[in-house]
Amino acid sequence: MAEDQEEEDIILAELPDNELVEQMHDDLYDGLADEISEGTQILLSRGWTPYEVLTKALVEGMRIVGVDFRDGILFVPEVLMSANSMKAGMTILRPLLAETGAPKMGKMVIGTVKGDIHDIGKNLVSMMMEGAGFEVIDIGINNSVEEYLVALEEHQPEILGMSALLTTTMPYMKVVIDTMKEKGIRNDYIVLVGGAPLNEAFAENVGADAYCRDAAVAVEAATEFMLHRQGMAAAQMVS
Amino acid sequence: MTVLKPTLLIACGALAKEVVHLIDHNDWQAFVLECLPADLHNKPKLIPDLMRSKIRAAKKCQKYDHILALYGDCGTGGMLDAVLEEEQVERIPGAHCYEFFATPPQFNDLVEQEIGSFYLTDYLIRFFDRLIIKGLGIDRHPELKDMYFANYKRVVYLAQTDDPALQKKAKAAADQLGLEYVLHKTGYGGLERFMSAHAKAGDTWLN
Repeated sequence: MAEDQEEEDIILAELPDNELVEQMHDDLYDGLADEISEGTQILLSRGWTPYEVLTKALVEGMRIVGVDFRDGILFVPEVLMSANSMKAGMTILRPLLAETGAPKMGKMVIGTVKGDIHDIGKNLVSMMMEGAGFEVIDIGINNSVEEYLVALEEHQPEILGMSALLTTTMPYMKVVIDTMKEKGIRNDYIVLVGGAPLNEAFAENVGADAYCRDAAVAVEAATEFMLHRQGMAAAQMVS
Repeated sequence: MTVLKPTLLIACGALAKEVVHLIDHNDWQAFVLECLPADLHNKPKLIPDLMRSKIRAAKKCQKYDHILALYGDCGTGGMLDAVLEEEQVERIPGAHCYEFFATPPQFNDLVEQEIGSFYLTDYLIRFFDRLIIKGLGIDRHPELKDMYFANYKRVVYLAQTDDPALQKKAKAAADQLGLEYVLHKTGYGGLERFMSAHAKAGDTWLN
C-alpha cells in the first residue's frame, strides 16, 4: 500500500532526464498512455530532439516489452496496452519528426491480405517500423493483389509487408508474390511476411524474403535488408 | 479370438462435451476420448508438440487400434498436419471447428456474406467471459475491445444445440462487443459425420 502511494506520488517533471527516461520505460511496460504523453512533452521541453525522445524513451521501452513478450512474461493484452501508450507518444512526435528531418531508413507499404480483417500485429509492426525510422504506408485490411500493386506503384517503397492471421488467408501472399514475379517487379522490393500461423518454411515456399515472427524481428529484418541494399548500391557506384 | 482395441480420439478440449455427447447418443463404444487443453485456442503454436506427445504416449501403451485427431489446423499454419502426417494419424478435415461444424459450403457462404464475422460455438458461448473477455484482457483494459473488434461487424453463433439459454448468452455477447447478432444452427455437422464414418468402419472390423 505504502509502495502504491509512493508510485502515485512520482512527479515526472521533477525527475532528472535519466530517471524520467527509465520511468517512461516502466510506464510503457505498464501501458500508461497519459504518463507517456506527459513524459514526451517534458523531454521535448528540456531540449531533447524528437528523434532522441523516440529512440531513447519510446523505442527502447518497447524493445523491453518485446523481449518480455518473446520470453512469455508479457501477453498480448499487455503488449497492446504498451503499444497504445507508445502511440500516444508518437502522436506528439510524428509531426515534429517530419519537421526536424530525423534519419530515414526507408519506406514500407504494409497491409493485411484479402479475406482477412485482422490488423493488430500489422499495426504493431507499423508503429515499431515508424519508430525505427521507416516511413510506413499502411493500406489496411482485406487487400487484393491489385490493391497491393497500386500501392507499390504509387508509393515506390523499398519494402512490402504482408500480414495474415488465418490459415485460410495466408496462401494469398503467394498470389501477390507470384503476380509480382509475372510483372517482373518481384526483385524491386524486399518482401516481409508475418502473422500467427506463418513460419519460416511458409515464407520460403511463397517466395518472401523473410518471415517476421514479431514486430521487433520485422524491424531487425527490414533494417538489415536496407543496410545490405545500401551497401550494394554504394559498391555499384564505386565500381 | 481377436482382441478388440478401441480407437483413440485426441480432441481439442473445446470439443469434449460435444464428442462425449455423440459417443453416448450413438453408443459408439469403440471410441476413447482424450483432450488437449482448450485454452490452446489462444496459443496455437503449442498444439503440434503436445499432439505429438499424446500420440506417442498412446502408441507406446498399445491400447488402441487407431488414433484420430479431432482438431482443425487451428492457426498452427500447417504444423499440426505435418506432425499428424509424420505420425500417420488422420485429422477431421477443416481449418477450424467453425468450418467443420458449419461444413464447408455453408461456412464459405457465411464468410462471403461478411468477412468481419466473429464466430462462436456452444463451447465459446459457455466460456465467453473466461476465454474472450478475460482471455483477451478486456476485463482489465476495456479500451482493448475496440483494438480487437473494430473490424468485425457481427457475431455468428454456430449453434450445436438448440438451447435458448445459450442463444440468450450469445446475443448478450454480441451486444457486449457492439456487434450484430446472427444465429446459425449447425448441429454437430462435420464432426458427427467424421466420427460416424469411423465408427462404422470400426463396426465392420469388429464384426
